[in-house]
Amino acid sequence: MTAPPEWELVVGLEVHVHLKTRTKMFCRCALEYGAAENTHTCPVCLAHPGALPVPNARAIEMTILLGLALDCEIAERAVFARKNYFYPDLPKGYQISQYEAPLCGPGRFLLPTEEGDREIGIVRAHLEEDAAKTVHAGGTTGRSVGADYSLVDFNRGGTPLLEIVSAPDLRSADEAMSYLRLLRQTIRELDVSDADMEKGTLRADVNVSVRRAGEEGFRPRWEIKNMNSFRFIGRAIDAAFRQQVAAHEAGEEVAQSTYDYDDTTDRLTVHRSKEEADDYRYFPEPDLVPVEPPAELVERLRGQVREQPGDRIRRLAGKLGFASAEELVVTGNEWKAEALAAEGLEWKTAAAVAMNRGDFLPENAPALARIVDANLTREALDEAFAAAADGPIDPEDYLLRTALGDEDALAPVIEAVIAAHPEQAETYRGGKEGVLGFFVGQVMRETQGKADPKVVNQLLREKLQRG
Amino acid sequence: MAIDREQLLHVAHLARLELREEEIQRLEGQLNDILDAVSKVSELDLSDVPPTSHPLEVVNVLGDDEPRPCLPVEEALANAPEREGDFFRVPPGGGG
Repeated sequence: MTAPPEWELVVGLEVHVHLKTRTKMFCRCALEYGAAENTHTCPVCLAHPGALPVPNARAIEMTILLGLALDCEIAERAVFARKNYFYPDLPKGYQISQYEAPLCGPGRFLLPTEEGDREIGIVRAHLEEDAAKTVHAGGTTGRSVGADYSLVDFNRGGTPLLEIVSAPDLRSADEAMSYLRLLRQTIRELDVSDADMEKGTLRADVNVSVRRAGEEGFRPRWEIKNMNSFRFIGRAIDAAFRQQVAAHEAGEEVAQSTYDYDDTTDRLTVHRSKEEADDYRYFPEPDLVPVEPPAELVERLRGQVREQPGDRIRRLAGKLGFASAEELVVTGNEWKAEALAAEGLEWKTAAAVAMNRGDFLPENAPALARIVDANLTREALDEAFAAAADGPIDPEDYLLRTALGDEDALAPVIEAVIAAHPEQAETYRGGKEGVLGFFVGQVMRETQGKADPKVVNQLLREKLQRG
Repeated sequence: MAIDREQLLHVAHLARLELREEEIQRLEGQLNDILDAVSKVSELDLSDVPPTSHPLEVVNVLGDDEPRPCLPVEEALANAPEREGDFFRVPPGGGG
């Protein structure tokens, strides 16, 4: 008997982002993050009887813009729909969303990898309104289960929310995170959202199932909702894979359900059964007429889609290697490396500086390239980069403060430091190399931060080993 | 197409309605009358007709992204069944 094929992971993501409009999706209440509770509401977003929604034209443009960047078919006729359910953060008793006729239809997203591009299908991208913010009070856990009552702040209620649904094309937790990071960068560069998980302007629902390699079709999936940390998304995917494989191999039934990820146990537990919960009775929103994006609007927006971040990863990978190129682009730091490299700094150095230093005014790139090249003290570098964020800098103010790299000058200082700390020196010789950082710190203190860390590191290693 | 008692009770539950026995019986009859009336449409061949999502011919009724004044917080909370500070206070978890 031959062993059955390996298990394969199948992941699809539903990514929600708050659009960066000035006002809400269906009323003109201003959006303001962190405002005093219930100060940004009106009869529409509080669902007073008779109040009528009016869609935000800018939110529709932003949705089409993102759809074009994802190679989506833009609808000739899009329709808003009611999604009916009761929850205190949804005062109308329904959410206005899109169902059968979303603004953006099928598209695709090219994900560069070391082995070439992976094509991730986009099923749709549609526009809806976010719910209000609920604080669960009393009880013991701070979660809805066990709370005594809930407090609702409607400021967020009605924020335009763009949902991007991927096909189940992702095959590992790492690939799902790469997709999410690159999608986030694409969204940020189009300036349609801050897409910041910490502020809740980017959230993801993760759909996970498994199947035997080569198997057609899909097995029942678990939906892990409202994930707001990259790290937990990766861990939740891995946990779902382990639990589903174990269940299938034990011959247990794997039912399609919503799951919660508990990071303390690194396990998923069933949230609620999908069959009973999903009965939203969608129907076209009678308070709104259809949207037919004019061709000239779509063409104007198409002109705003610039070079995609994925294209730039491919271009930079030739210079830097894939991993560094991807890191630079998806963290939004690549423009700094580009600016410094354009001034003659070696690409690898420029990339390291871009990752490790804060933003600077682009006009300071020539000065900073000279400063980085000049082997200055760490203190001088810190000051130069701090000043370069605020206004124009003059390299001559820093260039004289070169790091002390003279071995003959540094040797006595290093010897004295080692002699003063015999216990730590013994620890180092015992194999705990981490203690080297302690010695570097001591030498830096003795030299008022002027020593060249590269030379200090090298001399310390030599002298410590010699004992 | 007809609606049976079980479907009626399901829909009533989704709408969070408690119905008395005589209401269930009356509504079952009424809902089936409505379905019968609407199903007259399916006697026509409508294979080439797109579904109507709105009775008006109008499209693209949109608003500019310009803020307008909001309600003062006291007015916003005036109809709250219960409040705590400037929050609406509601039963835990909700009707999910």
